[in-house]
Amino acid sequence: MGNDYRPMWESLGLDLEAHDQLLNVLPPTYGDVYLKQENRPDKMEYFDFVFNEIHGLRIQELQEHKAKGGKVVGAYCVFVPEEIVRAAGGVLVGLCSGVEIGSAQVEKVLPKNICSLIKSFMGFKLARICPYFECCDLIVGETTCDGKKKAFEILNDYVPVHVLEIPQMRREKDRQFWFGELQDFLKTVEEYTGNKITPESLRRSIKEINAKRSVLLRLNELRKNDVLPISGKDSLLIEQIAMYDDVDRFTSQVNGLCEELETRVREGKGVNKPDSPRIILTGTPMAIPNWKVSHLIESSSAIIVAEEMCTGLRYFENLVSEEGESVDQMLKSIADRYIETNCACFTPNEGRTEELVRLAKEYKADGVINCSLIFCDPYMIEANRVEKTLKDHGIPLLRIETDYGQEDSGQLKTRIEAFLEMIKR
Amino acid sequence: MITAGIDVGSTTTKAVVVADGLWSGDALVPTGINNRASAEESLEKALAKAQFSSSQVDRIVTTGYGRANIPFADKQVTEITCHGRGAHSLVPGLRTVIDVGGQDSKVICLDSHGRVVDFVMNDKCAAGTGRFLEVMARALESDLEDMVVQARRGTGQVPISSTCTVFAESEVISHLASGRPKDEIIRGLFEAVVNRLEGMALRLNVQPEIAMTGGVALNAAVVDILSRVLGQAVQVPEKAQLVGAYGAALIAAEK
Repeated sequence: MGNDYRPMWESLGLDLEAHDQLLNVLPPTYGDVYLKQENRPDKMEYFDFVFNEIHGLRIQELQEHKAKGGKVVGAYCVFVPEEIVRAAGGVLVGLCSGVEIGSAQVEKVLPKNICSLIKSFMGFKLARICPYFECCDLIVGETTCDGKKKAFEILNDYVPVHVLEIPQMRREKDRQFWFGELQDFLKTVEEYTGNKITPESLRRSIKEINAKRSVLLRLNELRKNDVLPISGKDSLLIEQIAMYDDVDRFTSQVNGLCEELETRVREGKGVNKPDSPRIILTGTPMAIPNWKVSHLIESSSAIIVAEEMCTGLRYFENLVSEEGESVDQMLKSIADRYIETNCACFTPNEGRTEELVRLAKEYKADGVINCSLIFCDPYMIEANRVEKTLKDHGIPLLRIETDYGQEDSGQLKTRIEAFLEMIKR
Repeated sequence: MITAGIDVGSTTTKAVVVADGLWSGDALVPTGINNRASAEESLEKALAKAQFSSSQVDRIVTTGYGRANIPFADKQVTEITCHGRGAHSLVPGLRTVIDVGGQDSKVICLDSHGRVVDFVMNDKCAAGTGRFLEVMARALESDLEDMVVQARRGTGQVPISSTCTVFAESEVISHLASGRPKDEIIRGLFEAVVNRLEGMALRLNVQPEIAMTGGVALNAAVVDILSRVLGQAVQVPEKAQLVGAYGAALIAAEK
């Protein structure tokens, strides 16, 4: 990113010195993790470009959108329906939270022993490093875990936060409650944007977001092939970019990539060796720029075939029904789709373990790696259910608990390699 | 066929030379800053004992945390696989290996062929490993051998609540300051080490025979407590620190 963006960053109120430090770290990391991969699809070029311009061009686009009176809404969770924000002419962006940042400042407001994701988003805000954050007119929080729920109260001191209460069970009364939450959210979005959501605008945005989900499903379908046309790391990057890129452009670029990948499958041009173990990654989200575990796995002779994570299948599985005439009918369809997300905040959450068994079969996986962020109680505890179910089905599992720091890379690599030696018979 | 296994651990580097399936020579040297130099030194010494020259070696497998830093290796294999392979060939009917080295601890389950079927390994924290005991020995102004001797003198023990090296060290210092006998503190420390291993073992389906390997296996008091806690005799192969290197040499001969 050139210096042309400095005036924009300055006007957003970023701490330019701290921001420079982040920008100095990111490109070399990206180079090591992404650009050194062999035999990459040509059409990854677009995603390299988008990542390179993560704090540049995309921010400029959001600023232009705002100059025309549009609103920007930030979120941290796949339970926040993009359809609603978009139907009111707003732009929803998934916010940065995949890197250790502003730790000292975070400890002014949060306890030390809390998950990296929460520390990271608070750090980005307090240290004024994330231009997306500074673009946001409204942040949508949720109650998926106690840590986030309470942290959003504190975040509200710095930026307006609307908290969505996420049900923790899926009984009829929970479904009704969730529908009510979305009705309230819709009203909030209408107030913030000053735009009324109409059946037409909601139907259109449902179709557009369905198109984005469909193209990600198309990409993932291709990863079921014996010849894998794309690495897990590249797939993860695309899934991360899905959360902040322009929806229509992203959809069309992923479609273009899928065409190239289909050709590669036909021609037998895979990124994997025939004996590379196929791994499914499951667990807590890996927000951009967190590629640590994927990189360790793929630099240890294995290849990732699917991410059963929020930065992955949970984000784009299941489409919203495009039926319905009224806003409420469509809102009901939206509520029905989102409540089926297999988040560990639900009890029980058998959908997730059943899905893992199904995915292992469909993607011909040799093993599953369950990766939880340290101090993420829901996922760390649910690892026990995952282990039990997979063991019952004879699917090898490795459990990893880690954070955004790099100091455990050596030990993680040993565990991952030993796991691969174990399953590579 | 002559093969060598080199285990570049966090504290020591071990080499074992195997000729036609037989353990023919070994060496153990401290791991220096330069992993490659330590690996070369251990290999030279092991070859000298086996009376072979380096040109006679067909294949070399490296293992341990420094395994990737040795350019003359033919292959790298993790210490988990190597300890499993090595211990299985030394202890008949072995199904479980508990390996505690300088900074890692692992519990490894094997099938009847010595292949790894499941394992757990400590996280980035080095609590309850060899380094933990070294730090405590210093706080007690003792050494590792003397700690075992003292631990066997008497019965009572001071509970050590934390296996965090830093916190446990301050616990030891405050117990010393309050006049608790050293042997009670040492038994408390050993119990803490075993507690941690027990927690790891319980996550797996631990079956007999059980063996302990790695530097901490030389601590007979820890092995006794571990046997009591697991309700099974824990065997310690001869040269327990070299088992990983031996396993690496055996794997080198396989392909």
